[in-house]
Amino acid sequence: MPNLLLNKIVAKHLRQVPEFRPGDTIRVHVKIKEGEKERLQIFEGVLIARNNSGVSETITVRKVSFGQGVERIFPIHAPVVDHIDVVRTGRVRRAKLYYLRELKGKAARLRERE
Amino acid sequence: MSPGILGKKIGMSQVFREDGQVVPVTLLKAGPCVVVQRKTPTSDGYDAVQLGLVEFAKASRTTKPLAGHLKKAAADGVKFLREFRMRPGDDDLKQGDRVLVDQFKPADKVDVIGVSKGRGFTSLIKRHHFKGGPGSHGSMFHRAPGSIGASSFPSRVFPGTRMAGHSGDQQVTIRNLEVVEVVAEDNVLIVKGAVPGPNGGYVLVRRAKR
Repeated sequence: MPNLLLNKIVAKHLRQVPEFRPGDTIRVHVKIKEGEKERLQIFEGVLIARNNSGVSETITVRKVSFGQGVERIFPIHAPVVDHIDVVRTGRVRRAKLYYLRELKGKAARLRERE
Repeated sequence: MSPGILGKKIGMSQVFREDGQVVPVTLLKAGPCVVVQRKTPTSDGYDAVQLGLVEFAKASRTTKPLAGHLKKAAADGVKFLREFRMRPGDDDLKQGDRVLVDQFKPADKVDVIGVSKGRGFTSLIKRHHFKGGPGSHGSMFHRAPGSIGASSFPSRVFPGTRMAGHSGDQQVTIRNLEVVEVVAEDNVLIVKGAVPGPNGGYVLVRRAKR
């Protein structure tokens, strides 16, 4: 178990992220470097898993792009992630929504959370 | 400048650099330390400082000889003592002086010495990183050591042949680790990379020798 002092030191490196849970549809703004210029790219999809904790925390976001499922894993405390918006909440009964990979179309919809 | 500091391993984490690079780091609780004894060429034959890590040390577990030794430096709550050889450029420390983490600054290089985790009696795959044989396909050679030498010549096993035995629990030095951050108010030193020993194990942090 991580020690209290470790948590305290690490907490300074954490950044504020909006509250989101698996099942929510989120929009991740990622910094992309193209030569000299830097721009933001948006990746929007369903949050299907949150992994680890502390500074190493990552999220898995899944979207269906032109019929092809795409998943990206973002380290949420890394400077490459500019910010995260919650677009829509979703009511789910599991922490990891890997079952969505097998579903498509109407079956892959999630009910909104109250 | 002290030649080093004593500490305890807290655990590992990661830190992001400005350019987004992820750096694996180990947090060490380093110091406060107290100079318990100053060894000089005239009195001891060599030039060194003996540091003690100031922490909680139960009085009933401090032996009387140690208590007497610590009394000379008015050091309280010390149970871990180690020596550092003085090198040119080191400040002259006196008995009773305090050594704190603010001696170090980011981008300094340090050597970290600790005792590695004990693995008990292990064989060649774990102890010497042998490959081992295939697990299946009719192979009957799995994790055994294999040949340890030839037959009638030399009729003996050469000294130093790697074999099974006790592994770990040895002093290990990791050289030239970079100091990533110094948190002076919590006495924490953050170094890049891994450090020998378990969390909570004692370590010796020395200014890099080369």
